[in-house]
Amino acid sequence: MSAVTAALALLAVGTFALRSAGPLAFRRRTPPAWLSASVPAVLAGLIAVATVAGARDLVIDARLPAVILAAGAAARGWPFAAVVTVGVLTAALLRLAGLP
Amino acid sequence: MIETSNAHGRPGAGGEGRFSHGDLAALAVAVGAFGVAFGTTAASAGLSVWQVAASSLLVYAGGSQFAFVGVLAAGGGPWLAALGGLLLNLRLIVFSATAAPLVAEGARGWPVRLLGTHLVTDEAVAAAIAGDPRTAGRTYWRVGVVVFLVWQVTTVAGVLLGGVVGDPRSYGLDLAFPAGFLALLWPSLKGPAAAAGRRAAAGGAVAALLGVPLLPAGVPIAAAAVAGAALSRGRREVAA
Repeated sequence: MSAVTAALALLAVGTFALRSAGPLAFRRRTPPAWLSASVPAVLAGLIAVATVAGARDLVIDARLPAVILAAGAAARGWPFAAVVTVGVLTAALLRLAGLP
Repeated sequence: MIETSNAHGRPGAGGEGRFSHGDLAALAVAVGAFGVAFGTTAASAGLSVWQVAASSLLVYAGGSQFAFVGVLAAGGGPWLAALGGLLLNLRLIVFSATAAPLVAEGARGWPVRLLGTHLVTDEAVAAAIAGDPRTAGRTYWRVGVVVFLVWQVTTVAGVLLGGVVGDPRSYGLDLAFPAGFLALLWPSLKGPAAAAGRRAAAGGAVAALLGVPLLPAGVPIAAAAVAGAALSRGRREVAA
């Protein structure tokens, strides 16, 4: 087995262990409120990082206006597919126009 | 029917209260595009089609798979690449806790529960909790299975297609995930009853952004989870 294959196996086992934490700890029970409350925090963190994070810094590029417009669509109650389309099209057009 | 951990009690995904077939199709297109991109990137980093297929089947976490091949492509060692991937996946602890009752719903035996556990992803959990709690379990399994299958097929296709497809960023497809998460999250943050959710979301975003320059990739998202939990606990203690 090559080192790459062994490392992939480690990543697979470790990832499954992380995924198993919830079902092992709670089974059919609803998790405590403080843990559920961290779900919107994680989603908001993912959105923020995907919008302005660079390798080790924060950068303003085509992603920010795309996410702002998508947020506007979400605030108006547009369907999921429409919100995604607004974000994708805005970023594509801005990059076509030369924005990084 | 098992009540899920939808703490917000409001329908999401455009207010319909369910993740529609159209929503799922849009998500599948975005996931598929990134699957092809991952396959292409992995092949150029030296992974064989079997390693890519095994990675997609057994790791099944796009961000960490990208991170793994990114480290290899940059000349890093495979163990460092695996560590980076695991750090990125720390957030799965939070999502797996939320998914626990969803996994249990309809899972009659341990093989199905193992499969349900393996289907824990940002997308499946976010789609499930954004909608009607009465249908959250079905939404979780539906989105989880479709995203899983699309990821398997398209990552292998990416290896075989090589660079034919090009960079999905040039099509703006990297925005599909933040925009999609916004669409799922936003409805649950509206109204006076969602004040705790808004506080947690704001705290999570700030914590993640503060962590980007200071912490290794993936850890800022874990910091967002801690911030959300701490804000929630702090508020309850004040109320008590």
